[in-house]
Amino acid sequence: MTKLIYELSRPGKRTYIPVKKENISSKFPHELLPSKFIRKKKAYLPEVSELEVVRHFTNISQLNVGVDTNFYPLGSCTMKYNPKISEYITQDSQFKDIHPYYPEKFSQGALEILYETASYLEKISGMDKVTFQPAAGAHGELTSLLVIRAYHTANGNPRKKVIVPDSAHGTNPASSALAGYEVIEVRSNEKGMVDCDHLRELMDEDVAAIMLTNPNTLGIFEQNIKKIADLAHEYGALLHYDGANLNAILGRVRPGDMGFDTIQFNLHKTFATPHGGGGPGSGPIGVKSHLVKFLPVPHVEKKKGGAYFLNYDYPESIGKVRAFYGNFLVVLKAYIYLRILGERGIFETSAGAVLNANYLLGLIKDKFDLPYNERYMHEFVVSTKRYKDKGIKALDVAKRLIDYGFHPPTIYFPLIVKEDLMIEPTETEDREVIEAFADALNSIAEEIDKDPDLLKEAPHVTPVGRLDEVWAAKHLILRYEKTEN
Amino acid sequence: MELRDGLLYSKEHEWLKVEGDEGICGVTDYAQDSLGDVVYAELPEVGKKIKQMEPFMVLESVKATSDVYAPVSGEIIEVNEKLQDSPELVNSDPYGEGWLVKIKLENKDELNNLMDKEAYAKFLEEEEK
Repeated sequence: MTKLIYELSRPGKRTYIPVKKENISSKFPHELLPSKFIRKKKAYLPEVSELEVVRHFTNISQLNVGVDTNFYPLGSCTMKYNPKISEYITQDSQFKDIHPYYPEKFSQGALEILYETASYLEKISGMDKVTFQPAAGAHGELTSLLVIRAYHTANGNPRKKVIVPDSAHGTNPASSALAGYEVIEVRSNEKGMVDCDHLRELMDEDVAAIMLTNPNTLGIFEQNIKKIADLAHEYGALLHYDGANLNAILGRVRPGDMGFDTIQFNLHKTFATPHGGGGPGSGPIGVKSHLVKFLPVPHVEKKKGGAYFLNYDYPESIGKVRAFYGNFLVVLKAYIYLRILGERGIFETSAGAVLNANYLLGLIKDKFDLPYNERYMHEFVVSTKRYKDKGIKALDVAKRLIDYGFHPPTIYFPLIVKEDLMIEPTETEDREVIEAFADALNSIAEEIDKDPDLLKEAPHVTPVGRLDEVWAAKHLILRYEKTEN
Repeated sequence: MELRDGLLYSKEHEWLKVEGDEGICGVTDYAQDSLGDVVYAELPEVGKKIKQMEPFMVLESVKATSDVYAPVSGEIIEVNEKLQDSPELVNSDPYGEGWLVKIKLENKDELNNLMDKEAYAKFLEEEEK
């Protein structure tokens, strides 16, 4: 195992860091800060040489697995390639070094990018107004629900419940609870879609919203979406679109046209900006016109003369959900992505995503169980149920995939399918990669017959073998503590 | 999958052992196997009133967090404190040391909504199809 940098530390070792003289204060901390902010004990920092620092972090970086190193078909996460041109452009100091407190007249370019990207997302989603304030997808869900709550409150009653499908992303019930709503689960039917009869039973005037993703987490398009939207609106409830699976319908059909009132996008999924570890996420939300006045402030707007400005004049706004205007550089990356693709490219993106998923499914479907025999879109769910007698679970197949050089897909989700693998290849993978992954899965299926222990003990090629997840979950160690010896 | 005589079973895979007007409740072997390794049991408070077929506590496994449904209505009169430190007992001994709560039954007629061993075995077969 790699040592922690603290474990490499030896007293007196130093690294030279070149710093411009004018950036260093000649004063001591206690001359600059009130005494309560001055630390009593010396900070415990590792003492290492420059070469050790370089080796340490280079070695750690080589242990990492990401889209840049491996195929990463994590279902519902849309792990598509993040084009390097976006990184290149955002490193320009004209973008990188601007400050949110710059006066509007010096930030026109940045405001234009926010304004234009919002207008693209509005067009893609069929919504009337988009804000970039939420910091990530789940935050976008919460913000949407707060907007929905504000809407109902303005109508005299905030209402009590939010309905989510039993196949929903875990963030849906979590966001609902955080927004102060009771979570009600609607069943899926035998086709893996929302059971409309059950939904009708659950509907009443206390329902504030229904949250759906379409296609759902099984990768199946909710064919009754219009019926569901009508049912929601009949009771005065609003319909929220969880944008996790937007990649499947990009440029083809718009949530706004399906009857959704709010949507949260995940720029780090659909619009090729990095996921969490690679820089902050971004979870913009879009709403229909009747909800615009409740959105967080400020709105980026355009004056008649063409100048962009920040409009705080929305007295019914839910306020701010985050400092400033969103993760600007992430929005910029999404903007670059959209500009490179253009309308035609966006239209082809969803086709590629759906084609790749269905091609892959076709290559492996003889060796795995298909819980729903429906038309899949950008992702699909297969089960390893038939291998249960051999003692093999989805987890074992996932771990064995690592030996083949692939990041495992999502497993054990959605919760309504047992022993499942949820696979989303995305459009950015070549046919050769899809085929190699299918070969790996089919070959693993053969291994189950010949030598199931090979799977149970996997992975074999990683720096550490099968991790004890129970122990890890129960003995959470989040920081290094120096042990004296 | 192990099933035991003398227990009543619910469709949500809880078992209930009735003793007088009290019942000991746990999850079945099938449930613990589907849950995977349990890492945390969020036990209810003693005195909590519960309603048949409504969630009353949560088991968290390495795979997911799952509701446990009340097999009968009543009041929680005891919880298995051992699970605080050793939630894995739910996996290793679901019908014994891994019991969850003791319930004071409110309405014995509700027991008719539960299954005996044979009926539950049949129910599991259907589930597995």
